[in-house]
Amino acid sequence: MMKEIHSAIEFQNVTMAYDDRVILDDVSFYVNPGETKIVMGGSGTGKSTILKLVLGLIKPVKGRVLVDGEDVTEYSERQITEVRKKIGMVFQEGALFDSLSVYENVGYRLFEQGLPESEIEDNVRRMLRFVNLEQAIEMMPAELSGGMRRRVGIARALVGSPKLILFDEPTAGLDPITARAILELGVKLRDLEGVSSIFITHRIDDIKMLSSNYATINEKGEVEFKQEAGQLNLINTKFIMLREGKIIFSGTDEQLWTAPDPYIQEFLRES
Amino acid sequence: MNTILQAINEVQEATLMAGRAFRSAFTKPHYLRETIQQMDTIGVGSLMIIVLTGAFTGSILALQTSNTLKTFGATGVVGQLVMTSLVREMGPVLASLMLTGRVGSSIAAELGSMVVSEQVDAMRALGTDPIKKLVWPRLIALLVMTPALTLLADIVGAIGGWLVATGLMNVSSSVYISSAKNALTYSDIVGGIMKPLVFGFIIAVVSCRAGLRTSGGTVGVGRSTTQAVVLSDILILASDFFLGKLILAFSS
Repeated sequence: MMKEIHSAIEFQNVTMAYDDRVILDDVSFYVNPGETKIVMGGSGTGKSTILKLVLGLIKPVKGRVLVDGEDVTEYSERQITEVRKKIGMVFQEGALFDSLSVYENVGYRLFEQGLPESEIEDNVRRMLRFVNLEQAIEMMPAELSGGMRRRVGIARALVGSPKLILFDEPTAGLDPITARAILELGVKLRDLEGVSSIFITHRIDDIKMLSSNYATINEKGEVEFKQEAGQLNLINTKFIMLREGKIIFSGTDEQLWTAPDPYIQEFLRES
Repeated sequence: MNTILQAINEVQEATLMAGRAFRSAFTKPHYLRETIQQMDTIGVGSLMIIVLTGAFTGSILALQTSNTLKTFGATGVVGQLVMTSLVREMGPVLASLMLTGRVGSSIAAELGSMVVSEQVDAMRALGTDPIKKLVWPRLIALLVMTPALTLLADIVGAIGGWLVATGLMNVSSSVYISSAKNALTYSDIVGGIMKPLVFGFIIAVVSCRAGLRTSGGTVGVGRSTTQAVVLSDILILASDFFLGKLILAFSS
């Protein structure tokens, strides 16, 4: 396979450890522009660590992290702040700021940049419409349900139209309908907005949905979700599986289902 | 050995944090709104507790010394006694200890909860420096408000002492006031402002650092809050001794 000149994200032999505890052990992979990389693995295998490394919240012990072709490994906090502007991050529980309303949460980035109020409101409303939560604009995070918090978290990550979005288990612990709504957002971003993303999950439903559904715009200008159903094959969704800090699988969903590794088969059966 | 290394490391981290907070004051954005908000919660919010602390400290000082002073027939100097003890020691130390309990604990708990719910990570991911947005406004608010509240405690304490002296000890009002006025020297006043400035700095740095290094979920938040209060209190009392020595050395 040809490698893109400019990967959206690239990890080169990254090792991460806290004291003696190795979290990631010599991990290398890359995410092509417009591609969704689904990262799987049991709890504590370093999935979230990957996202924190991309954002530069933590520094690797060894190896290099490239974002949009830029080597950010040695960047100072000030330099990395510029890189973070290109990235949207959806945290596990939403990580909304408790003291701010939904409006202030979603518009946080724009308030920080000092944009005029009217422009911020337009942006915030547009993003909240995208996640179907415009009615919640005046509410405080404490008044929201778990699923709503995640969706507000997604809206916040999407402000400023980043071309790179990181999802940290956005569907964990949600009911199937809300989970599906969040996955559809992911598919829309991937197929209609050309966003590259890393999607952490260990739910088999997520894996199936993301690797077989795609979004198109029909004649009426509405977004439609279709199944790939044999005649076409989604190539913009790839998988990696982590086990004990190492990548034990990397490839497409077809390869994943037929992977010989007994751990992978057990993982796919159990979850 | 490990504990000592950890302690040294902690001092280094706290110093770096304070340094970064001061440096961040020179770059935009300035977070004026946050700073004023913190001054309001820390300063105006603590008015009641500080007034009560000051009033009871002043009156208790007058009350407890009345018997001894009576023995020597020196009840006339009760104003001097109340004023000197208040301005030099009781005012700054007690006000700061009360602030640790009220403000330091809430800072550590708030920042700690933000860390464990990933809000601090989210803040960094959204391009904001948490030191600038969270630590600096609290630090500056405490640096301004601790001396101001100490001054208030001193004044209210002097009034409390006056009430006890005139009401219970039959000291005439003018005697109390003139002895209180004459008691204060220049170095008392400078020391009385310098001490709370240092104590405010201690509360801010210790509490912010305790909050930001929180780990281990809600249990960790509780632990950080306790650490913030205990460590601030100890450091305030210890530094009070050395500051007292320093001020005495300069004033004599």
